[in-house]
This record gives sequence, C-alpha cells and structure tokens, in this order.
Amino acid sequence: MSAPSAPPLDVAALKVRHPAAFAVDWRGRVTAGAVLLLMAAVYVAAFVWFDVPWGRIVPGFRQLGWFVLEMIPPDPGGRFWLYLDSLGETLAIALLGTLLGAAFALPLGMLAARNAMPLAIVRAPIRRVFEVLRGIDTLIWALIWINVVGLGPFAGLLAIATSDLGALGKLFAEIIESADPKEQEGVRAVGGGRIEEVRFGLLPQVLPVIAGQILYFIESNTRSATIIGVVGAGGIGLHLSEQIRVLEWKQVSFLILLILVSVAAIDYVSGKLRAAMAGRRTVAA
Amino acid sequence: MSKAVVQLPEPQLAALKEAYRVAARGKRLRLIAFLAVAAALIGLSAVQAEVNLGTFFAKIGGFTSYFDRLATLEDGRRVWTDPAEWFWSFKRIVRLIGETVLMAYVGTLTGFVFAFALNFLASPNLTQSAGIVFAARRGLEFCRTVPDVVFALIFVVAFGLGPLPGVLAIALHSAGSLGKQFFETTENIDMKPVEGLRAVGASWVQTVRFAALPQILASFVSFTLLRFEINVRGATVLGFVGAGGIGQDLMEAIRKFYYSDVSAILVIVIVVIFAIDVVTQRLRRTLLSKGRLA
Repeated sequence: MSAPSAPPLDVAALKVRHPAAFAVDWRGRVTAGAVLLLMAAVYVAAFVWFDVPWGRIVPGFRQLGWFVLEMIPPDPGGRFWLYLDSLGETLAIALLGTLLGAAFALPLGMLAARNAMPLAIVRAPIRRVFEVLRGIDTLIWALIWINVVGLGPFAGLLAIATSDLGALGKLFAEIIESADPKEQEGVRAVGGGRIEEVRFGLLPQVLPVIAGQILYFIESNTRSATIIGVVGAGGIGLHLSEQIRVLEWKQVSFLILLILVSVAAIDYVSGKLRAAMAGRRTVAA
Repeated sequence: MSKAVVQLPEPQLAALKEAYRVAARGKRLRLIAFLAVAAALIGLSAVQAEVNLGTFFAKIGGFTSYFDRLATLEDGRRVWTDPAEWFWSFKRIVRLIGETVLMAYVGTLTGFVFAFALNFLASPNLTQSAGIVFAARRGLEFCRTVPDVVFALIFVVAFGLGPLPGVLAIALHSAGSLGKQFFETTENIDMKPVEGLRAVGASWVQTVRFAALPQILASFVSFTLLRFEINVRGATVLGFVGAGGIGQDLMEAIRKFYYSDVSAILVIVIVVIFAIDVVTQRLRRTLLSKGRLA
C-alpha cells in the first residue's frame, strides 16, 4: 500500500487538528440509509404487484439467447428495397414532423415568453397547452391522428409535429426569455420600432440556438419515428413489429441494423451542423 | 422618443449603409443556399411521407370534432356534467396508472444500476484499457439507440404479456441513455482528487468512491430523475405492444371509439405526469443547488 519513502502519518494528531474532517455525519447517513431502504422496499413491492411469472424468467432468457443466435447473420430476405423505402419514409416523417412542429412552436413560444408577451393572461394558457401536448406520448398522438387522417405516414408526421409543438414551444419560450435585453434597448435607442427591435435585437440572438434545438429534435425524432409504424402510422416500425411477430429474426436484426446505421449517420451530420452553428451562438441554451 | 435621435448627414450615412450592404451580402447568399437545400429536402420528404394537403384540409375538421367528441358522453351530454359517468372505471384506470409508474420506477432504477456500473468502465480517465472503454461505449450506444418499444416487442415474445417485458425494455434503454450522460460527466471531472488518491496508494474502488463519486453523484441523481420522468411518459404506451400498464386499455378505447373513456384516461395520465414533473423538478433543483451528495 504505502510507498517506503512516505513519511509516517500521525493519524491521532491529525484527528485532533482537523476534527471536522474526521467527524461522522450521522444525520446524513441515517437519512441516506432511510431513503435507500424505502426505495428498495418500493422496488420489491413492485415485483409483488406485477405478479411476475417467476417460472418464465429462466426460459425467457434462454429463448432470448436463442433469438440472438438466430439473428446472425442479418438478412433482408429479398426485401432490401422495400425496407430502404420505409427507412426513407421514417426519415421524412422525422424531418417534416419536426419542422411543422417548430413552425407553430416559434410564434406560440414567443407568445409564451415573458419579454415578448407582457400579458400573463395570454402566456399562462399557452404554457398549459404546451404541457398537455408534451405530456401525451407521440404514439398516443399517432393513434388519434390515425382516426382523423387515416393510416399512413401522414398521421405519423402530424403526431410528431403535435408532441414537438409542446416540447419546442416550451423550449423556445425559455430561449427567448434568456435573451439579453440590452441589444433590444440598443435598437430602440437609435430609433428602431417594435418590429426592428425583434428583427435586429432579438432574432439574431435566439435564432442560432433555436436552429440548434430544431436539429437536435430532428435527430431524436428519427428515433421515435422508427417506432411510430408499430401502430400503423408509417415508416420502418411496421415492418419491424411484423417481422418480430412472425419470428423472422434475421430480418429483425437487419432492420435494427438499418436503424442503428441511419441514426448514427444523422447524429454525425447534425452534430457537425450544430458545432458549426455553436460558433456563432450568443445565448446559452 | 425617436425624435430625440440625432441623424447623421446623408453622405456619411451612405458610406455606412454601403458597408452594411457588403457585410450582409455574404450572409444572405449563404442563407439563400441553405434555404434552397432545405426546400429540396422538404419537397423530397413530402413525397416520401405521402403528404396530402387535400386530405389534410378536408379532414382537419375531424381533428377538432375529435376533441369535441372526447368531451361528450355516450348519451350526448358533456363529460363534466356527470363526472361519475365519465370516470366510471376510475379505480381500474388508477390501478393501471400505478402499474405504469411502478414499471417506470423499477425500470429506471435497474437501468441506473447498470449505467452506474458501466460508466466508470466507459470513462478513459478512470479505466486505462482502451478495449474496455470501447466495448462499454458501444454496448451503451446500442441500448440507447434501439427504442424501448422495440425491446418491448421482442421481450413480449420471450416472456409473454405483462409488465415484466416492459420493465426489462425500460431498464435496457435507460441503461444506455443514462450510461452516456454518466460517462460524459465522469470523463470531465476534476482529476486532481483522483491523482491525489492514486498518489497515496488507494485502490481503484477507493479512488472511484472518494475522488470521483463526490463530484458526480448529484448530477447522476438529477439525470436519473429526468429519465424517470421520460420513462413514465414512455411506459404509458408500452401497453400498445402488450408490455403492461395503461397502454392496452388506452389503445382499445381509441381504436373502438370510446371517446369519453379516452378522455378520462388521458386526463388522469396528464395529471399524474404533471405531478411527477413538478416533484422531480423540485428535487433536481435542490440537488443541483446543493451540488454534492457523497
């Protein structure tokens, strides 16, 4: 443990000199222990509630291992172009859904920002709407939109746009609120009107940050768009759930691989774009 | 106000305007090029996603009338005139939401344990072997990129219907998402305490416990609370594929057009999610202001 050249430690003397460093924080320890105990109790209680079929766990994992072995090698089973087309659909849903959501979120986000909209009576209901839109998962929106526009990618696109409107609206409002008011004051001081104030004082500050967030959402929506087909709202998810149901594991692994590669590619491109934009950013997100 | 501003004489102003025009031109050209590329991508995507504005405008009325029907009971009255009828299955909904929240809880906690164990192996400042770092990172990346619904689909085949496949799916996906946030925190810690402990001959576990953990624990817990919030939302739809929670009932209600049931479930879901958001946000704020836990 200790190197031979280390000077001998007089621990007792150190304890006398620095009592605070050696004191035991009993209250903190008891609180932490109680919290951890409670969490563990809830954890165990949950398994009792779930009525877990314990007998199925070992065979389940064995079956899972067998599925994984079956997955190798990935094979499109002669449907390569069909799958590629669905992948394109997925990417299109993510791109258009995010942009549509952002197009509505920008004006509404401005109306929910304290410095752009002084009336609290306007801001509060808009914020509540954002919360409701965000609280409902994209897949639920997809089911609802299917009832309205029918099965297909268009429903998926609208579902992504709806839940993004909630998430982006809130984010945009926060970004706009964090803008530095001095630039707007500067424009006003040289005689600019209200519109010039927003155009030259506010937008140049917030647009790069907002664009970065939109890119980030396109990236993460690519992931959610891959599963939106599970309920019939277009994209590669339909094939994925179908092939899992008929236990075509080689095609499943091919589809998962396709998703991994395209998500990695989108991550890379948008990461590069965001880094390029970050060079010009003026407000911290 | 604006009358008080002193205007420069015209010739002086002209020079400034010219300079502005030159400075803005390059930027404007880049913007136009960017917009052209974006427009081309949007057009291409619109074709691929079968966007049909005709159907959209023909049926957009259906979206608003959908919400109108959500607020209507079977006998045509408004839902709020008879809450007992609206929430006739209140007990069942609450039980299933409880199951949903518990699924998210167990899944998040299990994911946390795995992410916590793996993140030190994925941080090159604490683990010297490049091979281990690479393997840990690729594993976490895989878990993060595959959506939890896909894991749930596969686990339902292996383990049967019920909350267990849902919990496993949430755990696996959370391990990946949390693991990435964790190792990004860990690899950026202040290395001086680590060097100090190494210098006095501490073991790897002691180094992690006394040098790394005090710096990272608060943000780890904060990330995990946020993930819990996300997972509660995600767990509401795992029932769509038979993996437990409220999702199964919700999907049936939507598919079979039981409008007042849909709205009853959605109202309770939103209230629960909102309550969890508020609590976790408060916890996270106190955590981050305190800064350290260990």
